[in-house]
Amino acid sequence: MTTRRQVAGSPRWLLVMATFGVASPVAAQVIAITDATVYPVSSPKLEHATVLIRDGRIAAVGTGVAIPADARRIDGRGKVVTPGFFHVQGAIGLGVGRALVEEQDEEYTAIGGTTDSDHEGEVSAAFNVAAAIDPSAVAIPIARQGGVTSAITMPTTGLIAGQAVAIRLVGDHLDALLRLSPAAMVADLSDQSRSAGGGSRAGALARLRTLLTDAQLLRRRRADFDQNRIQVLAAPAADLEALYPVLDGKLPLYVRARRQSDIENAVHLAEEFHLRLVIREGTEAWRSADLLRRADVPVVLDTRDNIPSFDGLRARSDNAALVREAGATVILGGQDPGGQMNLRFEAGHAVRNGMKWEDALEAVTLAPARAFGLADRIGSLEAGKDADLVVWSGDPFEFSTAVEMVMIGGQETSMANRMTELLDRYRTLPPKY
Amino acid sequence: MIHRYLAARAALPLSLLLGACGPKVPDTAPAPMPSERHADWSFEREQYPSTYQRRPNPPVFIHDATILTAAGPELQHASILFRDGRIVAVGDTLTAPADATVIEGAGRYVTPGLIDSHSHLGVYAAPGTFGEDDGNEATNPVTANVWAEHSFWPQDPQIPLAIAGGITTIQVLPGSANLIGGRSATLRLIPARTVQEMKFPGAPYGLKMACGENPKRVYASRGPSTRMGNMAGYRAAYIEAERYRQKWDTWLKEKRGTPPDRDLQLETLAEVLRGHILVQNHCYRADEMAQMLDLGREFGFRIRSFHHVVEGYKVADLLARAGTAASVWADWWGFKMESFDGIPQNAALLQQAGARVIIHSDSPEGIQRLNQEAAKAMFSGIHAGVPVTREQAIRWITANPAWAVGIDSVTGTLEPGKAADVVLWSGDPFSIYSKAERVYNDGWLVYDRNDPAHRPATDFNVGQTAPGVGR
Repeated sequence: MTTRRQVAGSPRWLLVMATFGVASPVAAQVIAITDATVYPVSSPKLEHATVLIRDGRIAAVGTGVAIPADARRIDGRGKVVTPGFFHVQGAIGLGVGRALVEEQDEEYTAIGGTTDSDHEGEVSAAFNVAAAIDPSAVAIPIARQGGVTSAITMPTTGLIAGQAVAIRLVGDHLDALLRLSPAAMVADLSDQSRSAGGGSRAGALARLRTLLTDAQLLRRRRADFDQNRIQVLAAPAADLEALYPVLDGKLPLYVRARRQSDIENAVHLAEEFHLRLVIREGTEAWRSADLLRRADVPVVLDTRDNIPSFDGLRARSDNAALVREAGATVILGGQDPGGQMNLRFEAGHAVRNGMKWEDALEAVTLAPARAFGLADRIGSLEAGKDADLVVWSGDPFEFSTAVEMVMIGGQETSMANRMTELLDRYRTLPPKY
Repeated sequence: MIHRYLAARAALPLSLLLGACGPKVPDTAPAPMPSERHADWSFEREQYPSTYQRRPNPPVFIHDATILTAAGPELQHASILFRDGRIVAVGDTLTAPADATVIEGAGRYVTPGLIDSHSHLGVYAAPGTFGEDDGNEATNPVTANVWAEHSFWPQDPQIPLAIAGGITTIQVLPGSANLIGGRSATLRLIPARTVQEMKFPGAPYGLKMACGENPKRVYASRGPSTRMGNMAGYRAAYIEAERYRQKWDTWLKEKRGTPPDRDLQLETLAEVLRGHILVQNHCYRADEMAQMLDLGREFGFRIRSFHHVVEGYKVADLLARAGTAASVWADWWGFKMESFDGIPQNAALLQQAGARVIIHSDSPEGIQRLNQEAAKAMFSGIHAGVPVTREQAIRWITANPAWAVGIDSVTGTLEPGKAADVVLWSGDPFSIYSKAERVYNDGWLVYDRNDPAHRPATDFNVGQTAPGVGR
């Protein structure tokens, strides 16, 4: 337990607020991207528009923007400007590679939340993944080269895997990288959690409900707990305490649920406890689209997920299109084997399968920003928000389009990364050793 | 097949066999099985022959489309005619015969049917339970005796999804747990009850071999547990195969006395040594590919294609010189140490060096968008100053994989006389938004996005999965 308290009690990562939006103070600098096709996302597309950036923030977006004389001008003619993309299901920064398994820190099984060794790692609510992030991880600039500027980095294993954080994809130190910590409480009601429920998904659901009620109980009867005058609780106090912000509706519960029944169970649980819920890997979400809309629950979808399994027999290619058409919020982003840099193609693929282009753009920008409580800072090009944006040579979702510039907090980021360095080393053979 | 090969080819010098550009493949359904009344031994009979039958179909004329033939320049406002399973003509001055079904191709694109040189459909079938986990016979580091077709489940619900992606032929490989994993099967991707009905007539077998991390991980406790252990394992197997081959070739020539004992492991490896079975070698690292080329030199066989080849760009010149194809992903990287150096320009750099490039899937998701993976790899090169033409990129998923699996004389390009394996796309196949609208496999319309009657489903789909791909 000592170990857990040390992890849980480390206050440094617990409440990094979104209001520290800009990584580091940027010297007073004005940048104007001119004459571009601009998709603010929060408002309709603008042609021949200017994006004015001051001190790391967006100062103005529009066609009649006055450009100060001292502004650095970037010619956006023929270019497309969008907000930076936000990838919400990954492990960027954990380990040395994108997901080099043996070097990855996302799993927190060694010191799980229960004392029963058969159930190690099943409940790790107090675990926050932030301290495992390497700000110099090669995956960070590689994801950025696909126009991704923000990411959710998350633990994945367990009924409650722990706390995910939101990072921006540039920064010399963890403090500079972290945008919000915690950003979500990661849980799992898919087939993967059956073992945590004694072999049944119904058991997993019941256990999650018990954890929430015990967290309520602990909060109500803290004094009794401290004097050992309370029943045995479903998890150590640190894990139950970590659920308080979830119960308060401040921290989203980020639940993997693929089957229709699991999705709907999660929504009903969230309604029962008045939780903020985000569903991920919602394979059969199209079957629950009306419920998701009514309950205002966003769902994260992987556009590649169309192969039937017993954890999602009704998988289909146009899942995202159907869910969005029904009026529910869709976020796009999955586990592309090329990594998060391919998020733009996942969005394009959703369009190929029937989603409206503008909806797909929102699904990788503003929709995730809203779902994870960051819409006041990122997700759209609006005055006052962080200048996290991408300049594209054309349609961001097309293979023929190049990423020309990725700006985070008003700073142009480097397009060099380990891949480009390997390319340069082997561009002509024999290599430059 | 074994019997025919042994009888007909055993006496041919190896160099002659290896110099050939792939076996000649008959262009019609196979002849009826020879009389088996006088066969005394199993090896004298046909082994698991193809029962594939081309379906009769009306001639089809696609008019005024952009055509990527994979055999020459892209054709604008061109037409293609195919009849009785064969391409009759491709060009811009054709007129439709009276009996042809005419399809308006304006704004649409036509390509050869796509070929995936690396698939596990049917052997790692959905829904992905233990019941369909039939891809790796991970009980011994060398299992040259197993054949992928004996695991293949034609009701895999992943098959219709791949067909909807424009795939007409796949090479199904055993997994990569073993040094030598077993024989591959080259199959026409069509709805069928048995794998025999899908077997591409006359296609040679492949042999799956695997380098690197997978075998040494799987066999860590019993060995091999190192890369040098891997190499020793291949060498030991082929040393045995050399002796076996010689014993059999002598007997087949002289036919004196009782034939030698039959050994399924060594029979397959001997066929590799004779050049009849094409080596398909899973290998990531540059230095390791150079070792495998030397292994081939030691035993006198060529590696037809390396697969995955994540570091191919580091030895692109070696691969080009060896004439070994490179079956690669567009940009997979970082999922294990030997994939850590993957770069999106791999295919483009291999092309630049003159190697034979293939985009393969190794994935039930990737196989549904092989054209997109090729597009991504092409533009990754172009954006980085490594030029690739559209004509080259279309060959990555058609003509080149056809060569790698030894069926390039039959399919892989849109040329008169080739099989009518044809895809009509809603737009440029190198755009993310394009979809296969119609897929013809040997002239048979196996998929039509706009007609539910032509959207195949497997038994697994019936009564329980979502409606087929149609949107």
